[in-house]
Amino acid sequence: MNAGTPIVAAEALTKRFAESVAVDGLTFSVDRGEIFGLVGPDGAGKTTTMRMLAGVLPPDAGSIVVDSVDVVADPEGAKQHISYMPQRFGLYEDLTVDENIRFYADLFEVPSALREERATRLLAASGMSQFRARLAGQLSGGMKQKLGLTCALVHTPQVLLLDEPTTGVDPVSRRDFWRILYGLREEGVTILISTAYLDEAERCNRLALLYGGRVLYCDTPVALKRHMPGALIVITSSAGRDARAAIARLAGVSNVVLVGDGVHAVVDDSRLRIPELRQALEGVNVPFANIAVGEPSIEDVFMALLDDPEAPR
Amino acid sequence: MRWRRLKAIAVKEVLQIWRDPRSLMIALLLPFTQMFLLGYGVNLDLKHLPVCTFDREGSQLSQALFKHFQASQYFTIARNVTSYAELTAAIDDATCGFAIVVPPDFSERLNDTGSAPVQAILDASDDNTANLALGYATAVVAGYSADVQLHWFDRQGRPLQQIEPMTVQSRVWFNEDLESRNFIIPGLVAVIMALVGAQLTSLTISRERERGTMELLVSTPVKPVELMFGKLAPYLVLGWLDAAFCLVIAALWFAVPFRGTLVALFLTTTLFLVAVLSIGYLLSVLIRSQVGASQIALVVTMLPTVLLSGYVFPIDQMPTVVQDITYLLYSRYYVTILKAVFLKGSGILELMTPILFLAVYASAVMILAARSFRKRLD
Ligand SMILES: Nc1ncnc2c1ncn2[C@@H]1O[C@H](COP(=O)(O)OP(=O)(O)O)[C@@H](O)[C@H]1O
Ligand SMILES: [Mg+2]
Repeated sequence: MNAGTPIVAAEALTKRFAESVAVDGLTFSVDRGEIFGLVGPDGAGKTTTMRMLAGVLPPDAGSIVVDSVDVVADPEGAKQHISYMPQRFGLYEDLTVDENIRFYADLFEVPSALREERATRLLAASGMSQFRARLAGQLSGGMKQKLGLTCALVHTPQVLLLDEPTTGVDPVSRRDFWRILYGLREEGVTILISTAYLDEAERCNRLALLYGGRVLYCDTPVALKRHMPGALIVITSSAGRDARAAIARLAGVSNVVLVGDGVHAVVDDSRLRIPELRQALEGVNVPFANIAVGEPSIEDVFMALLDDPEAPR
Repeated sequence: MRWRRLKAIAVKEVLQIWRDPRSLMIALLLPFTQMFLLGYGVNLDLKHLPVCTFDREGSQLSQALFKHFQASQYFTIARNVTSYAELTAAIDDATCGFAIVVPPDFSERLNDTGSAPVQAILDASDDNTANLALGYATAVVAGYSADVQLHWFDRQGRPLQQIEPMTVQSRVWFNEDLESRNFIIPGLVAVIMALVGAQLTSLTISRERERGTMELLVSTPVKPVELMFGKLAPYLVLGWLDAAFCLVIAALWFAVPFRGTLVALFLTTTLFLVAVLSIGYLLSVLIRSQVGASQIALVVTMLPTVLLSGYVFPIDQMPTVVQDITYLLYSRYYVTILKAVFLKGSGILELMTPILFLAVYASAVMILAARSFRKRLD
């Protein structure tokens, strides 16, 4: 296979439901061996997109090619190459961890020796070796997700589709989860992961920012930050609320948000606005320790893009 | 179709059935309780029907006739009336379901000609009982007239030894004791199996949908036929158990004579089970919710089977249109088969027609179910 060909390519993908357009002309492609993030808030169309990629929901328009198989025309052919982990826990709660793994291994016709070897390794990696005889319904949320991942990986897929796998998962399990994903990337598995957590987006090789069923931007996290219109200003203050109130209505200032140790704001021109901000805060006697240009997070970029009238919609 | 995937589905289904002891208990106990409940509930035999007598003659002969009625287990003489008005009242207020009127010239005509008419008046609001009562009354009268005729010959001076003692015996084929139970119980097995069988499978697909396991399942390479056979197989085993319970209760507890072979019984029962399990499965595929699927399964299996299978209501007494409709009903064939296997001892060869119908039926439903299942979410 030509290394230059994307392993997943979606073009002008569209899905309408009775009341709404869930996915609206989505185009993106994923290269072999990368972790690609579909990032967006609830209702952005992540799940709908994942379902269409997995071949369980036919799109109204557009095309999907996964590993050179046309998913729209031949969903069954594509399913051999794909592992899909739905957002909602899809395993059998009345079956044990081992029984679930075995079931999915059998459906993908994995030789039993290979299944044992992979299951042992994957369960060990996710710290679940001692729970193999436990019913899936009695696992914690994080462990359920790791079991879901184990089942999805037991047949060595080319492409792994993970729909919001870390939503509602504790930080420790989340870290385990990502460690496994990095390991998979080393093995050459292509991973599409959707998330509403913008901090997770930074862990992806590339990501598409999704909103209202459309791609706002699709690039590497670093490049995306360069797309940030204006600059992020970080104000360190013990009186965050007062600081926010003081600057919220100034010209050229937008997206003023309260953070742990002060306020973040987006300004159109940092050279021009920093003195203005300083003046405004001093004018109403709001104490602050520092005011400077900061490194924006994906969250800041996303918020700024949503507010930017020139951003592509 | 891959055996490995089919087996994976079947094993998973068995584990789920096993881990849900309440449903398992219901599946195993329901046929048991239904057999007893319905087996005793729908007994059409006539026992001690209250009878009203109107003796317009008051002779020894007429009293002898009444004694015959009283002696039979079918009738009990509840009242003796002296006018038609009284008789009508007794029938109207349902104290008696049946009345016998002996004409004033009863003895005279018997003595002269050896025969005399007796009038029977029936409350025919209950068609079945009326028919049965008339049948039994005829039998009682026939027994009596045999007696009378013996006496009559006797008085004609013919030596008793020379005449054949006439016994009028209404012989009912295949069910000699006129036990309606023998007719009904085999059909009842079909009714219960239709009900239980479709219930068992009506939940399988909708349960996957409701519990959210469908999305993952349809994202795997499993084929609709593998899913169907994998899901039907464990329930067929459960169905065999249920059918065995019912059939054993029928033969041993209700003492329905079993004259056929176990091979014929097993083969036909399996075919029938496959048909009803597939119907339940088809409904489960078509109807989204578990509750909906199970209720519709109840309606489409139980009702037509009770009404149209010939289980209690004889098919040849139905209007022609309805008779034609019954050919579309799978349980009709199984009721026919069970009655024949039990009472006539029919074998597979004699039952080829209903067996073929059942086989065609089961295949058609399975093909429909496999094709209706879409490996998609919408
Ligand atoms: N089965 C469905 N029927 C109707 N509307 C749906 C359905 N699935 C999703 N939607 C709508 O499509 C939009 C996108 O949903 P979804 O893809 O689930 O977003 P996300 O996963 O990003 O939260 C939402 O407005 C949602 O209400
Ligand atoms: Mg979602």
